[in-house]
Amino acid sequence: MYLPALLLFTVFIYYPITQGVKISFTNWNGYSPHYSYVGLENYRYMFTDMRTYKVIINTLIYGLGSTLFQNILGLAYAMLLNAKLRGRGIVRTIVYFPVIVAPIIMGYVWYFVFQYDGGALNDIMLALGKEPVDWLGNGPRAVWLITLVNTFQYMGVAMVVYLAGLQAIPKEYLEAAEVDGASGFYKFFHITLPLLMPAITISIVLNIIEGLKLFDVIISMTNGGPGYASHSLSTMMSDLFFAGQDAGFAAALGNLMFVIISLFGISSLKFLRRKEVDL
Amino acid sequence: MTKLMNRIKKLMSYLTALLISIIHLIPFYILINLALKTRQDTSSKWLPPNYLYLKNFTEVWTQSHLGTALLNDLIITVCTVALVVFVGVLAAYPLARYPTRWNNSVYTLSISTLIVPALTVLVPLYKLVVDMHGISTYWAMVLVLTTFFLPTVIFLYTGFIRTIPRELDEAALIDGCNRYEIFFRIIFPLLKPVTASVIIIIMLGVWNDYRFSLFLLQKRSVQTIPLVLSQFFSQFQNNLPLAAAGSLLSMIPMALIYLFLQKYFVSGLAEGAVKG
Repeated sequence: MYLPALLLFTVFIYYPITQGVKISFTNWNGYSPHYSYVGLENYRYMFTDMRTYKVIINTLIYGLGSTLFQNILGLAYAMLLNAKLRGRGIVRTIVYFPVIVAPIIMGYVWYFVFQYDGGALNDIMLALGKEPVDWLGNGPRAVWLITLVNTFQYMGVAMVVYLAGLQAIPKEYLEAAEVDGASGFYKFFHITLPLLMPAITISIVLNIIEGLKLFDVIISMTNGGPGYASHSLSTMMSDLFFAGQDAGFAAALGNLMFVIISLFGISSLKFLRRKEVDL
Repeated sequence: MTKLMNRIKKLMSYLTALLISIIHLIPFYILINLALKTRQDTSSKWLPPNYLYLKNFTEVWTQSHLGTALLNDLIITVCTVALVVFVGVLAAYPLARYPTRWNNSVYTLSISTLIVPALTVLVPLYKLVVDMHGISTYWAMVLVLTTFFLPTVIFLYTGFIRTIPRELDEAALIDGCNRYEIFFRIIFPLLKPVTASVIIIIMLGVWNDYRFSLFLLQKRSVQTIPLVLSQFFSQFQNNLPLAAAGSLLSMIPMALIYLFLQKYFVSGLAEGAVKG
């Protein structure tokens, strides 16, 4: 009964993967019926081009940076909103809401805040009598702002996962520790955190895989600019393919991305497997 | 003393929660202000307009053909969700129930595709769809989306089916059910909760998709909301109120569904995350 599934995988994933390897050895421009084999030329160019390294570093910042922020903030929010507070449901709803917004639109919404001419942040700078700043015009800063926007959008998921994890911790453990005179710090590091470990693992693994694929928000906030300073591997590849008309190079970059994400992915799958054994 | 401490602690919690809410609402507040202003109004984005102006909404609706885009989104989402649930649950049942060596490899192979980001195969996938004459067609978009969401669906269903006691199958077998009857009459009705999660996760992903739409839907007549709005945005970069109104309108369908089905959204995604 899994025949339809296997058929789809074969046609739209496995077959394209093999074709991707083939195209990466050509100088195909993306539409012409004529192209020739150039051997490892695209790969040689890729590894001598400084842009490649820049883009790899950006991709890692997007992937690992968002993961770090999302999980630290998500856990902190979950701890806060797990306590009995009036209206905590509303706060959870507010934090979670961006998850349902299309990431490309979320990027535009934040663009209204960060843009140079008439952006909300520069309205504050003007009100304070300061010079407006081109927030997204500086490469490294743009990369971190995009990372923060991605964090803002998806930290609600981490929060919800941690809330579920926190609610599964037996109250008796914490009460017993309290009777023994344990401090808040002690309880957090010796009871809460170890018992949350499965939730933390899953959340981190998913965030890394998702973050390394980041695409939409970059397109809407900077389109990879200024120059190529905020490109990720995915946006760079799409740019090379459609604007640069360099399908061979784009395919080579795609294969590099495949290797990088697989390395992270395989190690995360090992985590997933270990978790299945625990269950 | 401890009582006072507890009170202060509680007060701090409330203040933090309030601060968090405000920070998280800021971008939406700015968006609403912007969408309600005229193009000539360059006042601070933090101040709401002191006049009522709704023309941005009607203008963006007609200019970017949002109605057509909404219909396209609806067609693609409904078809993809239906197909991915059907194909996914069919695949998950034998993989969960009959863990033979072969089936386990099929399972591993399917799950490995979870980590293949669609864009790494962008170039060959695009070429394939061009060769199939599938660019700007619903069927190609639906098939591609189904394929890339399938691993998640198989993973969720397999995990859930494994928790259903085997004795149920065996009892049904003794009562004379065949494998298909067991599946459709005994197992499938038990899958309602996980199906709700699956539908919501996939619906969100498909409805908000941009990366596949960007490459596969090139004709205006088949484009979805995220795509139409992003083009609108680059076209009218000097008319931000219009773009803001469009962004705001685009959030309404999912926001409504979210308000009514909030419980399922949160549990669905938490489950999806906890289970993988």
